[in-house]
Amino acid sequence: MKRFIGFIKKEFYHIIRDKRSLFILLGMPIVQIILFGFAITNEINNVDIAILDHSKDVTTQEIINKIASSKYFSIKEYIANETEIERSFKKGKIKAVLIFEKDFSKKLTKENNASIQIITDASDPNTANTISNYINSILRNYQQQINKNIHLAYQINPNTKMIFNPELKSVFMFVPGVMTIILMLVSAMMTSISISREKEFGTMEVLLVSPLKPFQVIIGKVVPYILLSIFNATVIVLLSILVFEMPIEGSLLFLVAENILFIITSLSLGILISTVSENQQKAMMISLVTLMLPTIILSGFIFPISSMPWILQAITNIIPAKWFVIILKGIMLKGVGISYLWKETLILIGMTLFFIMLSIKKYKIRLE
Amino acid sequence: MGIKAQNISKSFKNVTALKNISFDVKEGELFGLIGPDGAGKSTLFRILTTLLFADKGNATVAGFDVVEDYKNIRKNVGYMPGRFSLYQDLTVEENLEFYATIFGTTIEENYDLIKEIYIQIEPFKKRRAGKLSGGMKQKLALSCALIHKPKVLFLDEPTTGVDPVSRKEFWEMLKRLQQKGITILVSTPYMDEAELCDRIALIQHGKIMQIDTPQEIINHYPKNIYNISAENMHNLIECLNEYEHNYSVYPFGENVHYTDKRDLFNSQELYDFLQSKNLKDVEINNTIPTIEDVFMELTK
Repeated sequence: MKRFIGFIKKEFYHIIRDKRSLFILLGMPIVQIILFGFAITNEINNVDIAILDHSKDVTTQEIINKIASSKYFSIKEYIANETEIERSFKKGKIKAVLIFEKDFSKKLTKENNASIQIITDASDPNTANTISNYINSILRNYQQQINKNIHLAYQINPNTKMIFNPELKSVFMFVPGVMTIILMLVSAMMTSISISREKEFGTMEVLLVSPLKPFQVIIGKVVPYILLSIFNATVIVLLSILVFEMPIEGSLLFLVAENILFIITSLSLGILISTVSENQQKAMMISLVTLMLPTIILSGFIFPISSMPWILQAITNIIPAKWFVIILKGIMLKGVGISYLWKETLILIGMTLFFIMLSIKKYKIRLE
Repeated sequence: MGIKAQNISKSFKNVTALKNISFDVKEGELFGLIGPDGAGKSTLFRILTTLLFADKGNATVAGFDVVEDYKNIRKNVGYMPGRFSLYQDLTVEENLEFYATIFGTTIEENYDLIKEIYIQIEPFKKRRAGKLSGGMKQKLALSCALIHKPKVLFLDEPTTGVDPVSRKEFWEMLKRLQQKGITILVSTPYMDEAELCDRIALIQHGKIMQIDTPQEIINHYPKNIYNISAENMHNLIECLNEYEHNYSVYPFGENVHYTDKRDLFNSQELYDFLQSKNLKDVEINNTIPTIEDVFMELTK
């Protein structure tokens, strides 16, 4: 036991002495969560739009006022004719143009029908889509308001309600993703690098020719990173609660337990990688290619899995991060417990056991 | 009870690293493996320290079999690999403390064994190992290998990359360790260090060519050896190679070592030959062979 503690002490020296890596390890979660929270966002806020009003009557003014008073849009300019539309877009200031046809109010009352054209800048398709949806819903809203006193015979009122993330805040979607990436990075990559460093500097030779048992070496390597990962997970959760006012719907204890499970999954992957790489650089490359990229791209945290081709959808099933993202979203946003997430949890446990078995089998007590 | 190796062979893919190696090291002996880089010395060390399996043959270290009893060997040997296995970002003291703890001992417990060596680097004990000079790294690595009081000490090229003064000190330390009853197997590419061992094995291309005491090995040198010098060494070697009776010609320090094919060698004749080639300041002296000469002869 004393040997083991001596070993862990040494590992902590390594981590603390390498100031640059330590700074990255502790600073990364904060930077990432703030980046994803503030900068990379799908929400729209104060989007500049232009108005081309051919009728300039009471109704169009009412609609314009309604749009301008929402926090989503601000009216940048009023343009006089169609030729100016393109010029206005090209200046890059506005994202959409709203065109009211001639005699809008008159047509609406006489013919019960008037048209508005929405032109959006689809060079950013996601934003364009969102803008047109928002404008549509404002118009629908106005329509209901003016029809309030008129009874129509048949009418379908779609009543959309967003649950679990009612304000559609994208940061809520990113928190589980960032958490997954950080835990994967710290646990898997750092452990694999730290074990292969012993090989690279030849210290592994002496560790092998010592009475330390292989599992003691491995556990000793892993313990400091478990603590670091738990610390990082805590920072991420605290930041999302305090800065982004994210509600954690589910049980905090369950969240911690699932986090520890995923940390162990990542660590076992890290150990597995270290058994096949003889230097730090190789360990890093393998970690980046086989862990980081699939975690970011195939875990479903940025790109929805349901819109991937079937072959990629099938591949996502073997990505541990996918299951962890589902679990995290379940706990954080939906507030569900083990009774809903037992399948995903079991899959993660199974994967972890598989990786551990494989690493034990591949770990060498000799040099070859 | 020291080290016993029998018919050890080992190959990697298509390269044969060791061919039928057999030798014994007696308890308390200082035994040297002498050979150039790539001779297979490190592979042999790794087999004896249980890090590699031999393809053929068997070996015991301190009475334990290297395959079946590897756990006992790992408790009883000290190993200093070719690259000093120190943690560069740990201080001198932390390195030593770490190796002491993983071998289940403390610095204090075995301090007397490493005292003489460690005392020289103790003033720098708060310095990181990565910032030490080659000689100090070597002393620290030796202290680390000794901290658990091993019965057998394996030192793989401990003096490579170390200055001449530190090398000399290092061999003095080994002599003192030997007096404390530790069996030492040391490898080196430096022939001059061979003479400091009790017995040596000359190894080349994975084969042991000769095992004996350094003195006996020198005594068995079959030829008379001549030390020749001239103003221009390059021309001298060229001329000697042209000389029809030459058996071997190779540079040795600032001079050339020369042996003749004939049993009766007339140095005057060679002197005249060299004079005729316009070489200046020619001197020819009979000299005592060294291990290096033996090695050159064996590899011829």
